[in-house]
Amino acid sequence: MNKLKVLMFGWEFPPFMSGGLGTACYGLTKGLTNKNVDVTFVIPHGPEDMKAEFVKLLIASNLSRYNLKIKRIDSLLKPYLTETQYSTNYEQYIETLKTKSENSKVLYGRNIYDEVYRLSMAAKAIAMTEEFDVIHCHDWMAFPAGIEAKKATGKPLIVQVHATEFDRTGGNSVNQYVYDIERQGMLQADRVIAVSYFTKQKIMQHYGISGDKIVVVHNAVDFTDEPNFNVKKNEKVVLYLGRLTLQKGPDYFIEAAKKVLDYDPEVKFIVVGNGDMEARLVDRVAQLGIGSKVLFAGWASGPDVDRMYKLADLYVMPSVSEPFGITPLEALRNNVPVIISKQSGVSEVLKNALKVDFWDVDELANKILTVLNYRGLHHELLHHGAIEVRTFSWNVPAQKCIDIYNLVLHEHAHGEKAP
Amino acid sequence: MPNVCFYFQVHQPYRMKRYSVFNIGNTSDYFDEHKNKEVMQKVAKKCYLPTNKAILDLIHTYKKSGRQFKVSYSITGVALEQFEKYAPEVLESFKKLADTGCVEFLSETYYHSLSYLYSKEEFKAQIELHRKKIKELFGQEPVVFRNTELIFNNELAHFVESLGFKAVLAEGADHILDWRSPNYVYKAKTTKNLKLLLKNYKLSDDIAFRFGQKSWKEYPLTAEKYATWLNQHAEHSVNLFMDYETFGEHQWEDTGIFNFLRHLPHELFKNPHTHFVWPSELALNEPVAELDIHNFVSWADIERDLSAWIGNNMQNSALTELYALEKMVKELNNKVLLEDWRKLTTSDHFYYMCTKYFNDGDVHKYFNPYDTPYESYINFMNILNDLILRMKKHIQEKSIVIELKDKYHVQHRITDRPAKMLNEVIR
Repeated sequence: MNKLKVLMFGWEFPPFMSGGLGTACYGLTKGLTNKNVDVTFVIPHGPEDMKAEFVKLLIASNLSRYNLKIKRIDSLLKPYLTETQYSTNYEQYIETLKTKSENSKVLYGRNIYDEVYRLSMAAKAIAMTEEFDVIHCHDWMAFPAGIEAKKATGKPLIVQVHATEFDRTGGNSVNQYVYDIERQGMLQADRVIAVSYFTKQKIMQHYGISGDKIVVVHNAVDFTDEPNFNVKKNEKVVLYLGRLTLQKGPDYFIEAAKKVLDYDPEVKFIVVGNGDMEARLVDRVAQLGIGSKVLFAGWASGPDVDRMYKLADLYVMPSVSEPFGITPLEALRNNVPVIISKQSGVSEVLKNALKVDFWDVDELANKILTVLNYRGLHHELLHHGAIEVRTFSWNVPAQKCIDIYNLVLHEHAHGEKAP
Repeated sequence: MPNVCFYFQVHQPYRMKRYSVFNIGNTSDYFDEHKNKEVMQKVAKKCYLPTNKAILDLIHTYKKSGRQFKVSYSITGVALEQFEKYAPEVLESFKKLADTGCVEFLSETYYHSLSYLYSKEEFKAQIELHRKKIKELFGQEPVVFRNTELIFNNELAHFVESLGFKAVLAEGADHILDWRSPNYVYKAKTTKNLKLLLKNYKLSDDIAFRFGQKSWKEYPLTAEKYATWLNQHAEHSVNLFMDYETFGEHQWEDTGIFNFLRHLPHELFKNPHTHFVWPSELALNEPVAELDIHNFVSWADIERDLSAWIGNNMQNSALTELYALEKMVKELNNKVLLEDWRKLTTSDHFYYMCTKYFNDGDVHKYFNPYDTPYESYINFMNILNDLILRMKKHIQEKSIVIELKDKYHVQHRITDRPAKMLNEVIR
């Protein structure tokens, strides 16, 4: 059989990444290339002086080991960007342009929508020149690119949904434009991959896509770059790691911290990450008078993330709406037991974790306190969790994707219609 | 002379409420009345009432014919209490069965506990409580003992003999029987006269587990077919030991389990030599051999050992801490505290903490009110922490050690070593 070739569109990829999407794309791509699939990964890539905050080292040199080609499209788009944030970036860009030279051409779109459109046109150009069998794109910013690539080449399109607009906004003030793009992508696609049944349900419910067309492929965790740190400590540490934004529920983490500290002051809470809620959270911590017990560590990635895990006695993922959630798997990989919200995809597959409703702050505090104080519980959760997490290999989701590629290619070759 | 010995275990635990760290010190209401009532009434309707009626009918039918249909039961004290509270009609129907003179009641620990493994004194006390209860309700003095989940070894046999019992039940596990048949009466190496009655697990499990399984090659199991299997045996007796909830609860009515039960004696009596016997009657036989059973056997899981209740860190910690409180809780001489402590000794609480099959999505799940073993341990330990707090308050009120007063004002924090903490305070 001929080697499968996949053209992938994403928003982020190591080393240029800020969140779980990049980790997932990286893991999946590695799994695919392990299985002898060729992947060309296309990502937007900003001008040097703008991307500094995103540049984190994540074994870029390792990438050359794989049959993986990374293509960058010059763009101001970044993952998890909102309309306003894009506009701010755009204005900054225009400013920097002015300082450079009088004649610089304005390269990027005036607003986020123009830019997404521009990106899709660039994608079309790449699609015309690259050799591939299947198009696979990740989340809404990449969907127009995928649609254009399909139009230009007639190759089958797979869209993978890591998060919907309903997750990002918690269902409040859903951006109609983003929603339309998401829905268009799902309609135009030959198959839709959802990262959990939780997400599949949302796609069916909010986007009216037939369940037959949606395949669930759960994420996994990478074990090849297993870290090895030893950090000393004397206080019990509870870790939050994720963007500080509504979807991730950091505010529930803070409220639970207060309840825990009222009961047992010998606990430290570390908040790793940044985001639009940061100021509000810092303010709330001060208001609750637990400033010395709740530490904001800012954004971390790569080895710093692992160092954070090593520090922790317990990892908490209180997400309000988490399509999958890879961090609990990373925590277990680093031998940290986890409490996760029931409103997450990962809770469908991870058995050896404590699970709470994100809004149930009392129960979250109860579970934090018991894990920190009952050694038998900590030990068993970790023991079984660490064994279980080793069954989550990226080869599994990679194989599921390959099966989907083959399925759509077969349908395509025989003129069968996708469901 | 094929004899058949039916023994049914009747048990319902007191299931706990969800009990958080923040409930400690605020409520000592540990048990989920609503849930326990609901379960009891459901099982009464599906199992206890219809099965008791079927058995009563059988007893009456065959009494007239001159041959007796006999069965034996052990009913835990906690099940009896819950009958009294939530389903008195079930208790009445058991009393009616007792009145026929065709039913034998066996002894066991009142709280269906693992006390033998942790405290002989408590073990004895719970057997005595159970004896009184059976006497009071059914007017019988049990002479045959069955330990919780048929947990058994040489030493237990020895101890039980010293309490005056004539026989004890155990699992007829392959690893203790080897080539021998479970259908004879044995004795344990450590005893003088105590008889050992072994469960024929193959024929018992044909009813208890396989009866409704469509994939089983013997499905559907008719009374006629099963009777021919039993009637082949010419040893002391075929011992059919099982949970009473097999009828109507584990095997639903639509599997035909009740029809099977109603027709079985008729089919068995086609052999003029077949009789039903009680465990106490079997105890009159001379044992055919001595068995040497050092390691504990039980009737649970495929391992048939203690690993369903003891083994992981959560189970070990919960059990050790619970029994570490025994001496203190008894010295306090407070009925309510002692009863709450005893309700925590019920083996089901530790079964819920089992991680053995959790990862395969297992049998334990069916009986488990918790989503994970972790939640059950959290609940148990939180409750144990509250019990300690109440014990401390009680000590203070009774001014057993007056100079300790100040220490009680130290804020209580949860601990997985509550007994140690209590001892420190008292010292």
